[in-house]
Amino acid sequence: MTRRDLRSVLMGVRARQLGTAVLGALVVDVMTGPSGSLTAPTRGLTGSLLSIRAVIFVALGVALWAFLTFRDRLATYTSRWTAAIAPSRLVADRRYRRAGYAALLAAAIAVPPYLSQYWQEVAVDQIGVYVLLALGLNVVVGFAGLLDLGYIAFYAIGAYSCAYWTGSLPIRPPHVFNPFVTIIFAVIAAMIAGVVLGFPTLRLRGDYLAIVTLGFGEIITIYANNLQSVTGGAQGPPKPIPHFSINLLGIHYQWKISNLPYYYLLLAFVVLILVLFHNLENSRVGRAWTAIREDEVAAAASGINTFRYKLLAFAIGASTSGFAGVLFASKIQVITPLSFVLQQSILVLVLVIFGGMGSLAGAVVGAAVIQWLPNALKTYVDKADLFMYLGAVLVVMMIYRPQGIIPSRRRSRELAMAEAGLVEADALTTASKEV
Amino acid sequence: MCLTNHFWDYFVPGIANGFLYALIALGYTLVYGVLQLINFAHSEVFMSGGFGGLFVINWAIADRHPHGLSSVWFVLIGIIAGAVTGGVVAFVLERVAYRPLRRRHAPKLAFLISAIGMSYFLYNLAGKEFGRDARTMKPPFTVTPSKPLFTIFGASVNLYDAVIALSAIIMLVLLDRLVQNTRLGQGIRAVAQDADTAALMGVNIDRVISQTFVIGGLLGGAAGFLFGLGTAGVSYTMGFTPGLKAFTAAVLGGIGNIRGAMLGGLLLGVVENLASSCFGASWVDVVAFYILVLVLLVRPMGLLGERLGRSA
Repeated sequence: MTRRDLRSVLMGVRARQLGTAVLGALVVDVMTGPSGSLTAPTRGLTGSLLSIRAVIFVALGVALWAFLTFRDRLATYTSRWTAAIAPSRLVADRRYRRAGYAALLAAAIAVPPYLSQYWQEVAVDQIGVYVLLALGLNVVVGFAGLLDLGYIAFYAIGAYSCAYWTGSLPIRPPHVFNPFVTIIFAVIAAMIAGVVLGFPTLRLRGDYLAIVTLGFGEIITIYANNLQSVTGGAQGPPKPIPHFSINLLGIHYQWKISNLPYYYLLLAFVVLILVLFHNLENSRVGRAWTAIREDEVAAAASGINTFRYKLLAFAIGASTSGFAGVLFASKIQVITPLSFVLQQSILVLVLVIFGGMGSLAGAVVGAAVIQWLPNALKTYVDKADLFMYLGAVLVVMMIYRPQGIIPSRRRSRELAMAEAGLVEADALTTASKEV
Repeated sequence: MCLTNHFWDYFVPGIANGFLYALIALGYTLVYGVLQLINFAHSEVFMSGGFGGLFVINWAIADRHPHGLSSVWFVLIGIIAGAVTGGVVAFVLERVAYRPLRRRHAPKLAFLISAIGMSYFLYNLAGKEFGRDARTMKPPFTVTPSKPLFTIFGASVNLYDAVIALSAIIMLVLLDRLVQNTRLGQGIRAVAQDADTAALMGVNIDRVISQTFVIGGLLGGAAGFLFGLGTAGVSYTMGFTPGLKAFTAAVLGGIGNIRGAMLGGLLLGVVENLASSCFGASWVDVVAFYILVLVLLVRPMGLLGERLGRSA
């Protein structure tokens, strides 16, 4: 190829990238622009495309394109100071990383008492609980490479189990327990549901799992709505679910409606689960998941029972979700089927994808950032548009950064290798052709 | 009680539903045939077809009260508008959510996630732009929808069901001919059978995949309009449930198999309606899910087997 050919190819690529930048800018313009309504369905489109906004956004898009295209030339001038502040190198070093985690944990312990009531509530109801959920889904999506779209159904099962065993549902349990004790029942119930659901689907192609869990998530809310005499129907359990309490060995403590005690309880559980999952990742089980992700046929040939390990990942994810459900139910006391709609499953998926598939730190940071941002921006952005942005986040992450913001080193290497055609990077094909 | 009493009263409307499911299911099955991927965003193609058809037909009808032959024209305009919108959305969808990933040989998981993202993006964007309340569609007929047109086995068939069924049959036959007899159909079948070999034989895979999405989008969009016609309204969340059911229909008939999708759609529509006579209307959405799990347990390749190339 002559130099002139190379140059014309490069021009073509650049022109296409410019086009992408301009179109992308217009999409962002429409997304952030005014909304239409029933009476004026075109107001949103005309308001964002036929106004000065469009020009500004296109200009920004072109500027971004120019920056990215000519970054290499700029880099020679700026490399000196970017190298000095680049935190990624520090994070990569294991010693610094450990210190970083310790500092984060210290901040997580020390900061919340100084936050306002509103942010404390966000930290518990929206961040804390969802960090737990994201950690659980991370096992399914990140470790095992399976797609679970009905994840929140297990959360619902956990919450309703807690409501049942604390005597809040219309049907009475044989014995009423403290919410702490119901954790065991809820985790078992969610795990059983996970196994029952995973059993028929995990033997088949993995993408069936996605759609079956999608349907399952929908069914669970229909059940919660329709079985009035069992679940309390659309209004939720008629009696509020009690808070956690300890009455043991002369210690009497009750978690009240205030947020801080729940925050520290959640933090303790999150740290516990982090340690647990970190060890799991590096155990025999974790290695089996890695093997299945990378090459299911080879894994099966090496004597790994792929079906059993996939089922295990699915069940662990489900029980973590059920566990989070108990904490949630006991904290807010009043649950309705609306807390468990399918959108929540997608939300948790976004947390995991954004943070980084297979990365525990990613799941935590992803959950914290994505749950914090809408609250910080709520005066500027309509909350009803949240899932439009989250959907866009999923697409953009998949196109430009599938490994997430804090990638797991192994997982990002797999994604790169999958693109070179060397490994599969997910467990969505089937090793044993039982079909 | 259930099934014996009013059997045909539930059976016949189920067929109209079934035809709609079949139209949507074809979108899943065609894309699955060429890419071996579930197109999660297909339900949003259906939804956008509903909006496209609604805006055009509401604008075309304006203050008129169409009847007779002009009703036929209006329905036709609506179907075409819905189909074109669906086709355009499906084309864009493939360009944005699939092609960049295909270029990079991304793992399957990435495709599923980006399609889910597109689905959420599209329907919430529609909600933002067109309002979050259901929009009503102006009826292209002066006949009241519930008025029976004729009766089969004592069950009355109303005009809407008849229109939906008739339009769907025409489109299904057209599609079947297209895939069987044209060069384009040959390309689709070739890619479905073996994409690499097809490429070696000179089939432009990128173009065939794009065309497959558009064909699925045309059918799905038309189905969106027909759905809006039947329920006299369109809303941004209308895609989800029919989408899930149509996928079930596609799996039931054998995903990747065109005639299977048609059969699966009809069967699902009928079974679901009959089941709703037994368990009540609030459980109707549960039926499709149980059928899906049952099919996967008992006969995962579906009734007519998979593979677009072999058995279509």
